[in-house]
Amino acid sequence: MKLSDIICVDAIVASLESTDRDAVIKELVAALGETKTIKKKDIDALADAVVQRENEASTGIGKGVAVPHVKHDGIKDPIAAIGCSAEGIDFTSLDKQPVYSVFLLLSPADNPDKHLRAMETIFKNLQKDDFRRFLRQAQSVQDVTEAVKDADEATLE
Amino acid sequence: MSESTHETEVTIKNPEGLHMRPAMQFVDMANTFASSISVSNGDVSVDAKSIMQMTMLAATCGTRLIIQAKGQDARQAADALYELIECEFSDDSAPVSD
Repeated sequence: MKLSDIICVDAIVASLESTDRDAVIKELVAALGETKTIKKKDIDALADAVVQRENEASTGIGKGVAVPHVKHDGIKDPIAAIGCSAEGIDFTSLDKQPVYSVFLLLSPADNPDKHLRAMETIFKNLQKDDFRRFLRQAQSVQDVTEAVKDADEATLE
Repeated sequence: MSESTHETEVTIKNPEGLHMRPAMQFVDMANTFASSISVSNGDVSVDAKSIMQMTMLAATCGTRLIIQAKGQDARQAADALYELIECEFSDDSAPVSD
């Protein structure tokens, strides 16, 4: 699986307006809502579910990244939004450091394998120092899109 | 106690697979041991003490994982991690929220 199979380009937010965790989650779910990849009627429920999941255990696993996620009936295939914050967001991360790049992943409720493969793809890339650096330096949607494209190409080589 | 290597194989039986929260529990437990510990799924081998690496395993239901520990407490580490997956994660029932 490639990042571009999961990430919705129209739901890349190069400069997040929100400054706290829950608002960032809402902003990214709303960005996906605008793209029609999720149903309008599910937007509030999805945002609430992601926040609830995040309250159970932080997905801020260090190195300035967080991958808030949830499985939901309204989702057919895993779909992700990316949000970047220059200031950094408090995600109560494991390393207690702020988060600069947020991957918000929505997965189907009835296909755990697809969810795990999507998580694998995201983490395999977030593991790379270069990818994290490019994301953090990104100024525009185009910068993020290129970082994603480069990461996918590096994986195929 | 002397340095040793201990290896054990375990199958993921939880229908949801080894998703992020159980993976975090696994990493927490791995970090309580002095041994270096790796987990392999086929060709992919990762550090059991890193959540970022563990999430790369894509350990779906039915996946066979090899846990390999090296160090003074290798046997205890491999046994404890085997038990955690075999006993604790088999009856995990929170399918919707993760």
